[in-house]
Amino acid sequence: MIRAGAPVLLEVRDLRAKVSGIEILKGMNLTIRAGEIHAIMGPNGSGKSTFAKVLSGHPDYTVTAGTTLLDGKSIFELPPEERARAGLFLGFQYPVEIPGVANAQFLRLTYNTIQGAHGKDELDPLEFDDFVREKMKLLEMDPAFLDRSVNEGFSGGEKKRNEILQMALLEPKLAFLDETDSGLDIDALRIVAGGVNTLANANNAVVLVTHYQRLLNYIIPDYVHVMEGGRILKTGGKDLALELESRGYDWVAAAVAS
Amino acid sequence: MSSALQNLIDQPYKHGFHTDIASDVVAKGLSEAVIRTISAKKGEPEWLLAFRLEAYRHWLTMTEPAWPNVHYPKIDFQDISYYSAPKTKKKLASMNEVDPELLRTFEKLGVPMHEQKALAGVAVDVIFDSVSVTTTYKHKLAEVGVIFCSFSEAVKEHPDLVRKYLGTVVPTTDNFYAALNSAVFTDGSFCYIPKGVRCPMELSTYFRINTQESGQFERTLIIAEDSSHVSYLEGCTAPQFDTNQLHAAVVELVALDNAEIKYSTVQNWYAGDANGVGGIYNFVTKRGLCRGVNSKISWTQVETGSAITWKYPSCILQGDNSTGEFYSVALTNHKQQADTGTKMIHLGRNTRSRIVSKGISAGHSSNSYRGLVQVGPRAEGARNYSQCDSMLIGDRSAAHTFPYIRAQNSSAKIEHEATTSKIGEDQLFYFASRGIDAEQAVSMIINGFVKDVFTQLPMEFAVEASKLLGLKLEGSVG
Repeated sequence: MIRAGAPVLLEVRDLRAKVSGIEILKGMNLTIRAGEIHAIMGPNGSGKSTFAKVLSGHPDYTVTAGTTLLDGKSIFELPPEERARAGLFLGFQYPVEIPGVANAQFLRLTYNTIQGAHGKDELDPLEFDDFVREKMKLLEMDPAFLDRSVNEGFSGGEKKRNEILQMALLEPKLAFLDETDSGLDIDALRIVAGGVNTLANANNAVVLVTHYQRLLNYIIPDYVHVMEGGRILKTGGKDLALELESRGYDWVAAAVAS
Repeated sequence: MSSALQNLIDQPYKHGFHTDIASDVVAKGLSEAVIRTISAKKGEPEWLLAFRLEAYRHWLTMTEPAWPNVHYPKIDFQDISYYSAPKTKKKLASMNEVDPELLRTFEKLGVPMHEQKALAGVAVDVIFDSVSVTTTYKHKLAEVGVIFCSFSEAVKEHPDLVRKYLGTVVPTTDNFYAALNSAVFTDGSFCYIPKGVRCPMELSTYFRINTQESGQFERTLIIAEDSSHVSYLEGCTAPQFDTNQLHAAVVELVALDNAEIKYSTVQNWYAGDANGVGGIYNFVTKRGLCRGVNSKISWTQVETGSAITWKYPSCILQGDNSTGEFYSVALTNHKQQADTGTKMIHLGRNTRSRIVSKGISAGHSSNSYRGLVQVGPRAEGARNYSQCDSMLIGDRSAAHTFPYIRAQNSSAKIEHEATTSKIGEDQLFYFASRGIDAEQAVSMIINGFVKDVFTQLPMEFAVEASKLLGLKLEGSVG
């Protein structure tokens, strides 16, 4: 939902970043206001996932220029855990497995950490169990997932649901979902998209990184951005995604060049 | 490896202080004369001196084992002092007579020596260098017939029991270090649980090496008579020196019909510094004999210290339907080396054994599991289950597994499972992206990893062990 006067949640200006000495982001600019849903599309290697990792502070990536404000505050001085506490959430394309750590225990630790950072009450294991089971219904998840090790042996779709479950628990200001639709069958896609739609509201914002228009049939974006060569080449409304689906990406670069 | 992860595993050793206390130290070197001196100092009977000399003579014919996956310069056994004792005027009648400097040392280590301050329900025998300093709750235990005292005292007060069982589980000729220990051991703990008695409290021995140039050679003997039950705990620390000290202990357990012995260790000897200078060489022989039917011996160890650990707490399952268990967490960091595991020797019918080993390797360390499961021809229906998991922290540490299985009875069922995992940057970043810092993340991963072993520890010890792993792996994150 686009509202002209809504507060700016994310302000990225001329952002450049590199990994292993190679510059991947070459002048990103993006403004996201509360209540908006953005989709970032673009060919492989255009820098979409790098952008997500740079924002959340992955240690392999180095910012070389530019600024990024989350809720008006610069984030690059903060370690990744403090960015998360400040309201940034990254939904991973490939969530890592953590053998031996029960999902329930992990979810409660992250929930209580974020609650604590906001000066809110933490939940004991019993209270949390009730709370998380309620949230799991939203994603049609079996409570058995609470007892399993974090992501261990989860199917691709189960991992992605577990990501959105964490988004539901942590209620971030800005959720950056990196290819959340990849590896999902059509039912899982519907469930995950339904979850995101339920969680999106006037006070937060969602960024979807995706290759496919398919996801955008379920989550209607306010803006669609096309990324290539480490920057945003073109921004449009939801119809741009349909156009990309039928025409591919090449015409965008050609149009910008001419 | 990131600096955050590095800082996390570079925690200083908190027990590295040295107590300045007058000691009675025998000059360095080993000979029959030295053994006679030790035996005389302790006022031992002739049979014990003969036991020592027989062991010494055999030791002279033996060579150090070369098969463990550990590397260190050759030890000069003539450059070690084999006896060191804090000087005391006379035998202590009560805690009030213990040297206040010693009391302060153990208070600093968190070991309760005053009964009124002690953990409820834990009796403690305190070994400082070569001798036992004190044993708490001795009288209370005596009321139910449990004998818990220093080894030296047992030799004097209960010579028949000691003579009957000493060397029956670990013979003097067993191996190089067991032979050395049998020749020169100075003190240790002795427990005897009479028939049908369930020991009313946890028994615990706390070992402290203090002197720089002495070795520690203690001897522990635990006997559980028919249908008795005992839980025994052992803790160890040492000061920080830039030389290596040798610790070669022998522990023997005997469980008779329907008896159960649970033996738990939290080992935190000084491990040497980050460059591998100093630290204890921990070459220990621990073995339990399930002599009676339906008997059970369960070893639980949390090994975090020592420059080198060479240790295989084992069970000989002689009685029919007897059970042996081995639960182990071994953590190595910096340049530490550990080669540890167990032997389960199935001799009786329907004997059962269970092995759960969790190795954690950080820094430049090397951590090996070595285990033997042997089923003898008579051991009809023997069963074993082994699980060996390794965890690597960072990318410069090593984990090895050497399982040996020898089955001579076709009805044996032996299962072995093994996994290797790694705490990687990606896991830490995943936690971080959820607001959780590296310290908490590592702690959660490690605690999850060792859970199956820690649940076997008595409550007080589980808390201590958890804190110890924390100290070893947590800290300021850069």
